[in-house]
Amino acid sequence: MNSSHTAESNAQDQKSKEPVFRTEDLNIYYGDFLAVRGVSMEIQPRKITAFIGPSGCGKSTLLRCFNRLNDLIPSFHLKGKAYYHDQDLFADDVDPVAVRRRIGMVFQQPNPFPKSIYNNIAYGARVTGMQIDDMDELVEKSLRQAALWDEVKDKLGANGLSLSGGQQQRLCIARAISTTPDVILMDEPCSSLDPISTLKVEDLLQELTNDYTIVIVTHNMQQATRVADETAFFNAEASDDGKRYGFLVEYGPTERIFSQPQEESTQRYVSGRFG
Amino acid sequence: MTAPAYNDSSQAAIPARSGQSKWLDRGFRIVTQGFALAVAAVLVIIGIQVTINAWPAIREFGLSFIYTSAWNPVESVYGALPMIYGTLVSSFIALLLAFPLGVGTAIFLSEDFLPAKIRTPLAFMVELLAAIPSVVYGLWGIYVLIPFLKPIGGWLHDTLGWFPLFRTDYIGPGMLPAGIILTVMILPVITAISRDSLTSLPPSLRQASMGMGATRWTTIFRVLIPAGISGIIGGTMLALGRALGETMAVTLLIGNSNNFNISILAPANTIASLMANQFAEASGLQVAALMYAGLVLFLMTLIVNVLAELIIRKLKPY
Ligand SMILES: Nc1ncnc2c1ncn2[C@@H]1O[C@H](COP(=O)(O)OP(=O)(O)OP(=O)(O)O)[C@@H](O)[C@H]1O
Ligand SMILES: [Mg+2]
Repeated sequence: MNSSHTAESNAQDQKSKEPVFRTEDLNIYYGDFLAVRGVSMEIQPRKITAFIGPSGCGKSTLLRCFNRLNDLIPSFHLKGKAYYHDQDLFADDVDPVAVRRRIGMVFQQPNPFPKSIYNNIAYGARVTGMQIDDMDELVEKSLRQAALWDEVKDKLGANGLSLSGGQQQRLCIARAISTTPDVILMDEPCSSLDPISTLKVEDLLQELTNDYTIVIVTHNMQQATRVADETAFFNAEASDDGKRYGFLVEYGPTERIFSQPQEESTQRYVSGRFG
Repeated sequence: MTAPAYNDSSQAAIPARSGQSKWLDRGFRIVTQGFALAVAAVLVIIGIQVTINAWPAIREFGLSFIYTSAWNPVESVYGALPMIYGTLVSSFIALLLAFPLGVGTAIFLSEDFLPAKIRTPLAFMVELLAAIPSVVYGLWGIYVLIPFLKPIGGWLHDTLGWFPLFRTDYIGPGMLPAGIILTVMILPVITAISRDSLTSLPPSLRQASMGMGATRWTTIFRVLIPAGISGIIGGTMLALGRALGETMAVTLLIGNSNNFNISILAPANTIASLMANQFAEASGLQVAALMYAGLVLFLMTLIVNVLAELIIRKLKPY
């Protein structure tokens, strides 16, 4: 299943084995509210890592730390460390804009710009100052990869918001991959897609792992087993003062998480018997 | 349509709407429709009334009223060019200054440069500018603004005097102080409406742009402003409408000169200010001429609003 393993052996330098992200006892707060507690994990390069877990356990919150998008939320702050390769992501001298250029994101809700389909894609290349010889080609390639091209090729000038929800989601995927980041964070990218588009997107993910590292949040267990090399299960628990915080329960190769989970709660969740 | 008869069969699980609720619906529609039509009717009636009163002047001067510049009650010749020019230019000065200032303020107040604790009162204060009576603006203009502008006006004339707009020396009351007081007066309108339209944009737009690796400024200028442009233009046009019709503050500052002078440093006049000054003592053809001038102002504002509507439609992103 994981044919990408062979591709990896081509680039055998030491660096390619190092984790892309590493967190050390990461605590994420919104104001006083501790949303995610004590996460320590490593994300492997050129693999697909799935985050699974019940709603509200902080998957999106953690994901947004990796490209510093939580910075946009005024009440957000964190304790602990998060590294991108060797770099402390939250060090003072780190430019979040530069981080986000390397680490692209597809959001939980589709959020195309109120611009034409064409300009939705071209925007990223323009703002990141990519040297593009042929913008038309980039637009076509990105839309093809996101399995949207055939549906929109005759109306590239139409507003991105005029597309259906699932089409918008694929437009956002196309937009995210157009700038060829190192890492792509995907927050439930297939939540409003039909099975066929979902499979197309999953094929795309497999294809992308040749060059990219992907972290994907999903509520779809089959999807996790289909695409993810590694899976992290998060859960939420009430603390003493009654507030719920999310934490990492178990993390490992997808096969193990689904067939031999170490924790009872993981077992219950992946088998769909979550209470 | 009549209410559907109640269906006896066991499948009729959805109860029919009661006749009362239908009547309420219809009544509400009729009443609101009536209100809307009444507003339109007031507009049309004012238009007709003004036209009727202006008719003697329209018959007498025709279109030449618009491009001649005599305003002579003694000989009963009237041409409104100086006032039309004054109205347009003073409003244009105001727009030229207030648009960048207002939109800039709106951007500043809609971003998180300042903590919300300071931002909200600041925004409120800007909006309070709109609550100052225009006569206060006028008096402030006379005692503060006109003296303050003296060096600036003088400098403009000295360095750019070759340019027709600065041909005359600054003598105090004139187009420049009037334009600047209008700037201050329309600033809150532009700021408040632009800020509203920027803050009401979905946060996901900013996230999308920042997530692509755009800077804050790129996000503002290439995503947020284009997305909020209809509100910004709408606010600007509303402000322009106010500037075109502003009377009291302008009357106090513009110098009320009915002679045509292209220089913005010279005394001038606007249509609204002309009417305020002369209407009380006018009689006969002069009343008709003033009404005609009013009609021209009416049309100018109408054109501005139609243009605004067209621009908004053209730019509307959603
Ligand atoms: N902007 C915010 N401000 C305050 N609290 C927030 C914010 N975003 C999320 N939270 C809180 O943090 C917790 C985790 O939210 P998060 O969105 O990360 O959950 P999630 O695991 O992605 O859930 P879902 O599967 O429903 O998307 C929740 O309790 C939520 O209420
Ligand atoms: Mg989420």
